[in-house]
Amino acid sequence: MKHRLRTTFQNTNFLVGFSILIILLLLTFVAPLFMQGSPLDMVGTLFNKPGNYVNRMGVIDAPKYPMSIEVDSIRLGAAVSNEEAAQMLEWFEKSELDIEWKMLNPAKDHAEIVELFLANYDDSIRLPGTSAYRKGFTRLYLKVQNLLSADGYVVQVEDSSSDSGYREVTKIQSRDFTNVKDVPARRFFLLGTDNFGRDVFHELVSAIGNSLMVGLIAGSIATTIGLLIGLTSGYVGGWVDNLLTFVTNMFTVIPSFVILILLSYSISSSSRSIVVVAFVIGLTAWPWTARSVRSQTLTLKNRDHVNISRLSGFGTVRIIVTDILPYVLSYVVMAYILQISSAILAEAQLSMLGLGPSTTTHATLGLMLSWSMQFQAPLSGAWWAFIPVVLSIALISFSMNLMNTGLDQVFNPTLR
Amino acid sequence: MTETDRVKVKRRELTDTFLEGKNMSKVYGMGRKANRAVDNVNFKFRRGEIVSIVGESGSGKTTLAKMILGLTSITEGQLEVHGQPRAFGTTAEKREYWKNIQAIFQDPFSTYNVFSKIDKVLLNCIELRGQKNLPYAQKVEIMTEACSFVNLRFAELTNKYPFELSGGQMQRLMIARIYILKPKLLIADEPTSMVDACSRATILDMLLKLRDEEDMTIVFITHDIGLAYYVSDTIYIMKSGQFVEQGTSDEVILNPKSDYTKRLLSDVPSIYEPWDLSSDDVEEDEFAAASGGDS
Repeated sequence: MKHRLRTTFQNTNFLVGFSILIILLLLTFVAPLFMQGSPLDMVGTLFNKPGNYVNRMGVIDAPKYPMSIEVDSIRLGAAVSNEEAAQMLEWFEKSELDIEWKMLNPAKDHAEIVELFLANYDDSIRLPGTSAYRKGFTRLYLKVQNLLSADGYVVQVEDSSSDSGYREVTKIQSRDFTNVKDVPARRFFLLGTDNFGRDVFHELVSAIGNSLMVGLIAGSIATTIGLLIGLTSGYVGGWVDNLLTFVTNMFTVIPSFVILILLSYSISSSSRSIVVVAFVIGLTAWPWTARSVRSQTLTLKNRDHVNISRLSGFGTVRIIVTDILPYVLSYVVMAYILQISSAILAEAQLSMLGLGPSTTTHATLGLMLSWSMQFQAPLSGAWWAFIPVVLSIALISFSMNLMNTGLDQVFNPTLR
Repeated sequence: MTETDRVKVKRRELTDTFLEGKNMSKVYGMGRKANRAVDNVNFKFRRGEIVSIVGESGSGKTTLAKMILGLTSITEGQLEVHGQPRAFGTTAEKREYWKNIQAIFQDPFSTYNVFSKIDKVLLNCIELRGQKNLPYAQKVEIMTEACSFVNLRFAELTNKYPFELSGGQMQRLMIARIYILKPKLLIADEPTSMVDACSRATILDMLLKLRDEEDMTIVFITHDIGLAYYVSDTIYIMKSGQFVEQGTSDEVILNPKSDYTKRLLSDVPSIYEPWDLSSDDVEEDEFAAASGGDS
């Protein structure tokens, strides 16, 4: 046994696959230690590119620099319609003030018109006309002024001691700006953020962990069921064999993915947690294991060492456990590894169809893909939201298959 | 064992019938595809007798052995122990049956579970004898005695795995297993065909010794008619699932009645007549006969 283990770990294929898997596992255990909060916290805004990112709170707390260029009137001009500009020119004409307004074009020079209007408008100048007509100009002035004063932000925090329940922290004028290099709350997002402003790297690390858990649970269930059915039907034989083979064949003939979809669909979305989905995958993935274990058991059953055990008066269970199980175990380990990798793929497929785990607190690789598809990541060119996920799935499957090939070379030396 | 010893052994009284098979058949498959591996066979094995069942590969020898051992079911006919149909229903009855009827198989390398240590084989026998709760020291005593019977040292075998032993040692350990169980009937299914000539003689001697000391019936299954003549009291010649000839070894070998037996006897190479390799036509004839069907 020791010798077998040593040759297994000397096999290049197995070693490479095993190393990749161990690195991924280490990543899922070590990376969260350096990250704060839950992996699904919304820390950024929609689809931030990978790299540096300044969050909004950071901007507020940072030292502000007033802009030296006067841009207010330009912005206000943009907020004013052609009719309103024409109305302002009309006021200049009627008020008979000494203003150079004749060369101004109400369709183009909004900024200049607004600037002149704000500087010269006087409520005390009484224009001829109805009072409604005069009030129209007053309203226009107030509107433009409101636009000016409503700009900028007031930052408040909750404070129970004050009357209103809020305390004003700071005011951000529209002419303030921030030098990003001075912001203390600058964060580095290795893989940017996704559509909900969640850190993709943090999400990915926890998703790899969850997906491996799905694979492990589903693989264990599938392998256990397959092993039990295969050993029983192979060793006991007779009508038990016929019955179990019938059931196995039935599950093999109906595509397991169809059963998987129907099963997941029949479970209400509220109870479809990650573990439940893993169970469902495990319950549909066992037939191939059962078939091959059965055929191996059939050949082992007629070996002399089994006959000797039978002649020694051993019961069926004892013979299966001591004389048959150890011989099929190497095969079962290989099948187990493949079951894990195919269960991870099955979870991704299910999630893409919207039948995966319905959760907002845990991410899986399939869910991340599903989210990125639903929220148009490919269309918005946000490659960081799905390419790393696809690569992780490929890497996991690749490492598992490599390990399987390595084990195959160790346990079936004739293949080499 | 010298020639006089063998004659002395043969003169023993053999009257007490231990096992009797009546019209036994084993049929695999059904309908037109039915294959009668063993076809309507009758036999009588007496206490202390060495019986040889001789036949070529596929003649049904091993199937018959497995039927007697209870490893496969009997399709037709019945097996009687001491004149009573054998009790083989419950687990307890099976264990009782296997205390009396045991076997040694052909390939020593496949007779052992490679994942468990070899003392386990002997310990299991002690368990079958109903002495599971014996103190370990006494078990070791029993195992040491059995091993010394087959010229092995138990101390050297403990904590070893089967692949650390030679084929001859493995087969001798199987005989040690039989020595512990002391069954009334032993089926030896070609026990010497996979071991070297030197071990072969020792193993045969041990089997004969077992017969002498324990009054054990030994059913010796072989394709080697010369070996069968050397060891047995009674010989059954088997062909396509049927006994074509049976009788004492002298009757069958010295006065064969069946054509098949005559052919088998003519195929036995003699030590005193080496093949004449100088005459070419003999070889050519044999080649022509062998490849005749193809051309």
